Amino acid sequence: MLSKKAKLRIIFLTLLFLLTVSIIILVLQSLEKNLVYFFSPTEIYNRSDISLNKKIRVGGVVKKGSVKKEENNTTFIITDFKNEIIVSYDGSTPNLFSEEKGVVAEGKLRDKKYFLANKILAKHDENYMPPEVSDILKKSK
Amino acid sequence: MLKKIFPNKILSLSNKVLTNLVILMSFIIFVGLIYALFLSPADYIQGDSVRIMYVHVPSSFIALGTFAVIGIASILNLIFKIKFFTLISKSLAPIGIIFTFISILTGSLWGKPTWGVWWAWDARLTSMFILLIFYAAYILVWKFIEDFDQANKMSSIIAILGLFNLPVIKYSVDWWNTLHQPSSITLTSAPSIHYTMLIPLIIMFLGLTIYALIIFLMRYKIEVMKFKLNKKRTNK
Repeated sequence: MLSKKAKLRIIFLTLLFLLTVSIIILVLQSLEKNLVYFFSPTEIYNRSDISLNKKIRVGGVVKKGSVKKEENNTTFIITDFKNEIIVSYDGSTPNLFSEEKGVVAEGKLRDKKYFLANKILAKHDENYMPPEVSDILKKSK
Repeated sequence: MLKKIFPNKILSLSNKVLTNLVILMSFIIFVGLIYALFLSPADYIQGDSVRIMYVHVPSSFIALGTFAVIGIASILNLIFKIKFFTLISKSLAPIGIIFTFISILTGSLWGKPTWGVWWAWDARLTSMFILLIFYAAYILVWKFIEDFDQANKMSSIIAILGLFNLPVIKYSVDWWNTLHQPSSITLTSAPSIHYTMLIPLIIMFLGLTIYALIIFLMRYKIEVMKFKLNKKRTNK
């Protein structure tokens, strides 16, 4: 049914396809470190190649009860429920920044457990619901 | 057989069909907007900015879906050399780029009040930006290369290469840490979006898809006409 030329083109395109897929996978794997927008506290704890002078981002959940505000300074703990990191930040936090919610902090590490942020981003999760539903969920917890 | 049927059939597409589709679309989008802007509740965290989602998510879906069709049509086109695949892709590209642009724009408007920034170079946003570039490259090839066969080959290759970007966009939020949240609607689990918000989302998706379809039919008809006229001219 298929002409010989069409068959040849199919074989050629399939080979090209496989080649491209493997190239893309290799490239993405080697770029892994640059593709992540932020590191989790555990990744920071485990990695030895993160320099203290480089600007990086740390992301996770703001630990419950950890937010302390003093004048302009805010300190809180980012956790991924395995490891934690203390973050200190000068400036106003975004409106959606709150405890038990996702957060990404941009800045520099002072050491593996202490992070000096100069920018805070609130990270939203995939849950969408009206306030009433959220209240009911909270009560039933 | 397809070669003969499809392009000729489109020429007999009357304005009546299009008018009916426009009426249907207006009705669905009207209902969708009423639902999205007034009847659906505000989100428990995001507040009213959740309403941006009703345009953002359908636009992103259409932008990706359109490119998938262009890419697959381009593969078939390179293998079987059937011109109507080319004309389909060519008519779809401007629709896709508009929806990609809307997706990025609305996402940016949502990002500022939610994340605190208009734009972040995370994997999802970057791969979406790459999609925009692929669309632009595809369209520019048709604008700048005058020879039909040459433009056809070039644009098809661009579309096929761009096809690899689609799974990257889709799964970027699962593969890497991104600022963008993971999908709320997945095939494998119940949607993590409340039904009072899911319903307007689906209505808006339907309405915008019909809009895309109308523009496609109009463009495709014109592309087929242009192609036939050119053929006549060169035969003389």
